[in-house]
Amino acid sequence: MIEVIGRDDPGAPPLEGRPLPDVDNVSAVYWAAAASGELLFQECPSCGHRQFYPRAMCAACGGTTDWRQASGRGTVHTYTVIRQNWAMPFRELQPYVVAMIELEEGPRMMTNVTDVEIDHVHIGMPVECYVVEVEPGLGLPFWRPAGREREPGGM
Amino acid sequence: MTSASSRRSPVIVGTGLSDHPVAPDLDAVQHHVLAMQRALADCGIDKREIDGYMCAGGGPSGVDSAVNMAEYLQIDHRWIDSTMTGGSAFEFYVQHASAAIRDGHCDTVLITYGSDLLSKQGRMLGTRGFQGSGERIPGPLQYESPYGNVLVGAYAMAARRHMHEFGTTSEQLAEIAVAVRSHAQLNPGARYRSPLSVDDVVNSRMIADPLHMYDCCAITDGGGAIILTTAERARDLRKPPVHVLGSAGAQTHWNISQMGDYTRSAAATSGPAALAQAGVKPADIDTVQIYDSFTITVLMILEDLGFCLKGEGGSFVEDGRLRLGGDLPLNTDGGGLSAVHPGMRGIFLLIEATRQLRGEAGEAQVPNCEIAAAVGSGGWLSCIGAVVLGKESP
Ligand SMILES: [Zn+2]
Repeated sequence: MIEVIGRDDPGAPPLEGRPLPDVDNVSAVYWAAAASGELLFQECPSCGHRQFYPRAMCAACGGTTDWRQASGRGTVHTYTVIRQNWAMPFRELQPYVVAMIELEEGPRMMTNVTDVEIDHVHIGMPVECYVVEVEPGLGLPFWRPAGREREPGGM
Repeated sequence: MTSASSRRSPVIVGTGLSDHPVAPDLDAVQHHVLAMQRALADCGIDKREIDGYMCAGGGPSGVDSAVNMAEYLQIDHRWIDSTMTGGSAFEFYVQHASAAIRDGHCDTVLITYGSDLLSKQGRMLGTRGFQGSGERIPGPLQYESPYGNVLVGAYAMAARRHMHEFGTTSEQLAEIAVAVRSHAQLNPGARYRSPLSVDDVVNSRMIADPLHMYDCCAITDGGGAIILTTAERARDLRKPPVHVLGSAGAQTHWNISQMGDYTRSAAATSGPAALAQAGVKPADIDTVQIYDSFTITVLMILEDLGFCLKGEGGSFVEDGRLRLGGDLPLNTDGGGLSAVHPGMRGIFLLIEATRQLRGEAGEAQVPNCEIAAAVGSGGWLSCIGAVVLGKESP
């Protein structure tokens, strides 16, 4: 089970004004599951392909996929530190880390790595997922360094 | 030049640039118009002869969409293409137009592009984000938008991964910006012309780690037009034709989160395909015009085209190789990094390659320039179109 916190929790990153998903038939399953502490990806029963973002089909063979639950553990595959974003609300949050996380299970997802000194982020860094319930039934996954004390900074 | 196929072999006969880098009195549509007028004058073709039209749009509210522009310019086309692969659309257009001309769908194709990006929208293309505050985002971007990535950040993630896997350094990336700036110094129409050193680049403000301000392209106004026709029609036009020897396109992803290998672009597919079609090797290329949205774009595409092995781009670009006088002069007009970047640079790559092959590049002329490559990158290193042009017929 992934830790889920409320948007007003002191441990939650700033959320006000962030663009949010326009939920569709497929993504509805993913966002709702996240809000209940399950991080989902898709796997194809016919060809074994695993994917994220969720689609209405297997991107490899065109077949129909099953949902799978991720452990919430992963590593930083690549990242950047955004130091100039003129758009609100990010203009007031910079610098912050945008990263591609490779799930233990394979697929990758974009996120912010939070609760970390920016200089400590590196490729290969073990990270763990937590979810902020930004509105009822919509959970937004974030990631932070795995298995150690939170550091101030980051976002 | 007697067989039916060689008579319909595609050639570039006319090019035109609108005004740049700053043109506050022109809107996007006027950039298209001015560029077209200059391209027509360049080759001497009558506008009524044009029967194919290509335009990627990009302006606000679709004012310069292909169908709007075909009406505005009154192009009575029997073949039209508005493929939108981002800034590389124009390299894809050469591929598509070449096939259409060869197959007889049309005889004379006009491509136009125009943008008032700098004067009308300011300099924030790469660092403004793509969504408004609190907006609801549909489709694949709904999984990215909440996290505040920007255009520069996408390329920065590729650069970071390239550095991690291959030890590429900021100083090596800076070599690309320095080479291109040295060419901009020869271009009175370039946005930035003051001297630039590797130290200047690596000490400039970080925008999205590891990309500094001078790793990022300029934002300007500008427009361009190209006219292609058959080798047969080209015989009695004003200037010698430039031959399309090879053209290919490929896509690996669209959104940056879906890039499978952050160190390799679709140029690894389209580059070798275009070279093979042209029957040339990387070593045969006299000058290369690569979409320098960011320094990392050039480094990765050079590797993917086969100028060096994957991972060796950093050492390849050192020692002035990419400057005039070096083995492989890059972006001899000053590129998007220093000269002209109105949002979609692909057309300028083809126009500059043509200028070199015609021997019209003045101080920036590459001596004995016989074969040039133009390679455009669209999206987030997503869609790469590669074109090989030659002075002589294939
Ligand atoms: Zn499958």
